[in-house]
Amino acid sequence: MPNVPLSEIAHGRSGDKGNHANVAVVAYTDEGFAWLRKHLTAEVVAAYFAPLGATRVERFEAANVRGLNFMLYDALAGGASRSLRTDTQGKTLALALLRMVVEWEATPPQPLP
Amino acid sequence: MNRVRIGNGCGFWGDNLDAPLRLASDGQLDYLTLEYLAELTMSILAVQKAKDASAGFATDFIDVLTRLTPTLKAQPRLKIVTNAGGMNPKACAIQAKRVLAAAGLLEKKVAVVGGDDLLPRLDELFASGHQLNHLDNGSSLSAIRDKVVSANAYLGAKPIADALERGADIVITGRVADASLTVGPAVHEFGWNFDAAHLDRIAASTVAGHLIECGAQATGGLWINADESTHLENVGYPIAEMLADGTFTISKPDGTGGAVNIETVAEQLLYEVADPARYFTPDVTADFTTVKLSQLKPDVVSVTGGTANGITDTYKVSVAYRDGFMSAGTLVIAGPNAATKAHRSGAILLEKLKQAGFTYAESRVEALGAGDCVPGIVTATFNPPEVVLRVAVRDPRKAAVERFTKEFAPLVTSGFPGTTGYTVGRPPVREVFAYWPALIAKSAVVPIVEVV
Repeated sequence: MPNVPLSEIAHGRSGDKGNHANVAVVAYTDEGFAWLRKHLTAEVVAAYFAPLGATRVERFEAANVRGLNFMLYDALAGGASRSLRTDTQGKTLALALLRMVVEWEATPPQPLP
Repeated sequence: MNRVRIGNGCGFWGDNLDAPLRLASDGQLDYLTLEYLAELTMSILAVQKAKDASAGFATDFIDVLTRLTPTLKAQPRLKIVTNAGGMNPKACAIQAKRVLAAAGLLEKKVAVVGGDDLLPRLDELFASGHQLNHLDNGSSLSAIRDKVVSANAYLGAKPIADALERGADIVITGRVADASLTVGPAVHEFGWNFDAAHLDRIAASTVAGHLIECGAQATGGLWINADESTHLENVGYPIAEMLADGTFTISKPDGTGGAVNIETVAEQLLYEVADPARYFTPDVTADFTTVKLSQLKPDVVSVTGGTANGITDTYKVSVAYRDGFMSAGTLVIAGPNAATKAHRSGAILLEKLKQAGFTYAESRVEALGAGDCVPGIVTATFNPPEVVLRVAVRDPRKAAVERFTKEFAPLVTSGFPGTTGYTVGRPPVREVFAYWPALIAKSAVVPIVEVV
């Protein structure tokens, strides 16, 4: 199976809630969502973001928009108020996750009309 | 009214100053909402108010209102709902009244929503058993009691609807839940009650408020697939047009840039959400997983089906407390192995400070351009010709942080070749206000509505 970035399957957005970050991933197709559900587990995302030092990662589903939402608890090194990082609010985390290389084989996502 | 058009022209304090004017003039709105308060804004406003009793609100709003007065004359029924009041909604309202009077708009009624400020009541609340323990780890607030600068409950839509009921044209609030700025007008216009019969509709309007509260983030801003054809330089701000059954569309004024499609709306639906089946607001616990999106026509998305998942008996409280000082400065490092040199330059800077007797509670060195924005995860696939060196420190001692700001310039001559970009002078030192989330029983907080 070819290796592709997750961005071939999904788009997304991330932000902060205090010292926690949320990373939402939205599949372009039903087929892609089925793949995400099976493969993009909380454990996989926790391992990928391990250098951020999150205390735990929780996954929620929003099947109505083909979405998975990950909560990365205590991942922002203090959050907007006291983190010394440039990205105090986790704005770039979704883009980072979408760079994850995955094994995926499917019809390519359809561009928007 | 059988439908209401609510547009949000400001997603945070610092958002584009012309967006509210363009949205109000082109959006055919019934209500213009303006959202100014991030989690930390209140602490900054609290410090301002402590120095000056007539300060402590989002002053941008006064500028925006001044420039909106011709629009308010042309559209006499247009109403404004904003949380620009911050820590001092009454002072904000007094200034707003002055602006309106100067423009000849003496008939406009301005109302204030307060009661969210718990700082003057903290000891009374402790005494009556409201401990405001940390929401995440249960710690007792008493440990930092003397460092608290602000404590505000997130009020809901009810006092906003009450203010509108009393004939207000402009409602200025302190801390309210962002989505409630939209829910309030809907509750007022459609005559909803906060009871079981109307709770699904209040949840649906909460979805609307959540979608538009961050301004252009619903209309193409931050959209992953935005490109030059999206024309973000001309981005239109979002409008929720709602029916009495709670269904609504998201759109933007005709002829503007940006995009409203399933992708932009879905991304925003999940933005800064934890469990999408339980989005807690003071008005309702909304279930976002029952929402259905469909593209009605270009740049118009229909949103149906948001439902209630109960209602809590608590308000969220945001407490801010003094937590030392921090500063961050940058230099540019160019040339071969720029990232490695940047990291070494940062280490040199911190070592020099150590030699001078200063070590810090926390420090961080980043080579931006080499993947350090998300450290350890995204790595550069090539050797960048230059990177931005950023060094930041935090410490309880202000003097130690001030000393840090003086250690950047020496690197321009005593560091590696290709060190440049020292043009803005020493970085500023800022006080850290740490964030402490808590809950409080709704019965302990009394929202206040006052027509000024």
